[in-house]
Amino acid sequence: MDASAIIDTLTPLVTGATYEVGKSVDFATIYVPADLLIETSLALRDTPSLAFNVLVEVTAADYLPREPRFEVVYHLLSIANRARLRVKVRVASGAAAEGIVPTVHTVWPAAGWPEREVYDMFGIVFGGHPDLRRILMPEDWEGHPARKDYPVQIRKAAQTYEPLEISEDEFKANIERDRVRRVQH
Amino acid sequence: MTVNMGPQHPSTHGVLRLVLELDGEVIQSVTPTIGYLHTGIEKTAEQKKWQQVIPLVERMDYLGPQSNSLAYALSVEKLLGLDMPRRVKDIRVLLAELQRIASHLIWLGTHAMEIGAVSMLFYAIRERELLLNINELIAGFRFFPSYIRIGGLREDLPRGFHEAVNAFLERFPAKIDEFEGLLSKNDIFRRRTLGVGIITKEDAAAWGLVGPICRASGWDYDVRKYFPYSGYETYDFDVPTQTDGDVYARYRVRIAELRQSVRICTQAIARITPSGVWACDDPRIVPPPKDKVYTEMEALIQHFLIYSQGFTVPAGDVYVPVEGPRGEHGCYVVSDGTNRPWRVKMRPPSFMAIQALPSIVQGGLIADVVAVIGSNDVVMGDCDR
Amino acid sequence: MADTHEHGLDPELPLITTKFEWLVQWARQSAIWPAQFGLACCAIEMMAMAASRYDIARFGAEVFRGSPRQSDLMIVAGRLSRKMAPAMRRVYDQMPDPKWVISMGACASIGGVFDNYAIVQGVDQVVPVDVYVPGCPPRPESLIYGIVQLQQKIARSRA
Repeated sequence: MDASAIIDTLTPLVTGATYEVGKSVDFATIYVPADLLIETSLALRDTPSLAFNVLVEVTAADYLPREPRFEVVYHLLSIANRARLRVKVRVASGAAAEGIVPTVHTVWPAAGWPEREVYDMFGIVFGGHPDLRRILMPEDWEGHPARKDYPVQIRKAAQTYEPLEISEDEFKANIERDRVRRVQH
Repeated sequence: MTVNMGPQHPSTHGVLRLVLELDGEVIQSVTPTIGYLHTGIEKTAEQKKWQQVIPLVERMDYLGPQSNSLAYALSVEKLLGLDMPRRVKDIRVLLAELQRIASHLIWLGTHAMEIGAVSMLFYAIRERELLLNINELIAGFRFFPSYIRIGGLREDLPRGFHEAVNAFLERFPAKIDEFEGLLSKNDIFRRRTLGVGIITKEDAAAWGLVGPICRASGWDYDVRKYFPYSGYETYDFDVPTQTDGDVYARYRVRIAELRQSVRICTQAIARITPSGVWACDDPRIVPPPKDKVYTEMEALIQHFLIYSQGFTVPAGDVYVPVEGPRGEHGCYVVSDGTNRPWRVKMRPPSFMAIQALPSIVQGGLIADVVAVIGSNDVVMGDCDR
Repeated sequence: MADTHEHGLDPELPLITTKFEWLVQWARQSAIWPAQFGLACCAIEMMAMAASRYDIARFGAEVFRGSPRQSDLMIVAGRLSRKMAPAMRRVYDQMPDPKWVISMGACASIGGVFDNYAIVQGVDQVVPVDVYVPGCPPRPESLIYGIVQLQQKIARSRA
């Protein structure tokens, strides 16, 4: 199905929808506004003529001098209809950290970790994500490496650990604190 | 009780950290931590020219490098609007299928070794050495030949290639029978794998696990049949599926894929002539042969331009999926019209497999974690990039 | 003086002690047991080296121990990321003396192809390295040559 046919199918199902056709050389691409992302995703997954039941990838691209700066890209696959679709959401640079892009992990559970990776690499916060922490970089890393204004090489010494010198009570308290933090996630 | 299967562990197929919460031996929860092999390949690729990204991208999924470079080359060729000659497509199919056999051999060796059949690793690596010899024939390098490039191949096939491939293809089906005879009816193997780590059909789609994992759960989705690339529609092969979705089903699917790969390779090698065209004839992308470079001025200029400033790719973005040994391997390439990529992202099948791990092993035994990780065929280089 | 050095005998110690020292070093070099520390692609070549074609057991490295507390060689095979550096240092500290480190491959020796924010540019920033084996990945024969060089280094050093 090409992009305009998909938009014609979606527009009656989602109220207030304004979609754009994107330029592409391989398969259909549509631009979706961030606030309608969840309704659009549910419509894409549940409508039998579309049936995009597999989320293949969530990624992002940083087009730095241009505004809106980021584009979050979702690749969808419909096994029954043998079709692929690319959904793009534009995010302005000021709005990236505010969580205006909702998470789609309630629609496709496969989105959990790819969205964490987009947060880690680009700094785009996904509103409503249950566990938005860094996934590829160390937990205490500063900066978002895949942004265009982050340098490729940073000359920093490798950090190793200091030998542990704490009492037994502190050790047990640390284990319990980590266990509680994990269980809450 | 909390147990840490730390990043350095014999059975975690690389550097993966699992924090297991146990009640006796039953698992209550698993928290995986990845990122211990994060290499920043995607950021580094933005600094290189288009053709220079091929060695970087090959080192991502280090058990299937030719499928990585094939995905990237196909994506860029789609942006460029190039179509490869028939012989190039056939050679690429042959190399991709040999790569699949090599990757499945390591999977079989390590998976069986972790379940207990230690000597399988030595048998599997023995067969893989023959495939690495073929790699060495075509490019001089066992592991990352960088043979599949944008625009075609690096150079023509060497003398002795057909004999080596045919010798391997004659010998290998008997070896598959031998491996199956060792494992498929083996009581210990069956008890450790039947009914373990079940992934239902809906779960496989919901978690995005497209590849041998979803084919073992009942889907028949294979990128080579659904969205054929590089001439796969002209080959005659089946897609093996199972319905149980447990570790044993994934084992059966991959063994059957080995046989289908041999079938495709036999068809491919019959079509490939020992010498002929090895790249498309676009002079902006394919360097001229070396003897012309040394004698003709135009060829020298063309060679210089290609290797000093590279070629430019029209602006746009594209995603081309490829059926890698682990599942759907795709490459999302964004170009801004210059001679360097703007963004390169590979879709990692192992990333999705580890994301689904906590829900698969919940309620199982601690020994099942090892079996499930092995059956999901996880490679950390692919997961962390 | 010169010829006693060549035979591995230290001219400053009495004769019985130097013979014993030579024996101890010979025992150490002939049975080096590596700890598994395969990180990335070089780990596959390390496995291939341990397999039947390039058998490393002939050189004494019979078993790859799973636990660092039972091994004396750490072959760092693969690229070391910044997140992994503390874990690697911890594994190195858990190994008992005498211990040696072989840095296998270009990424472990100098950062390799990846000159970026995520990879430590050379494992020797974290642990002391005895032998560097270049290659991407090095052929199993190269790694065996590296182990043989390490054995000669052990033979030359004091116990």
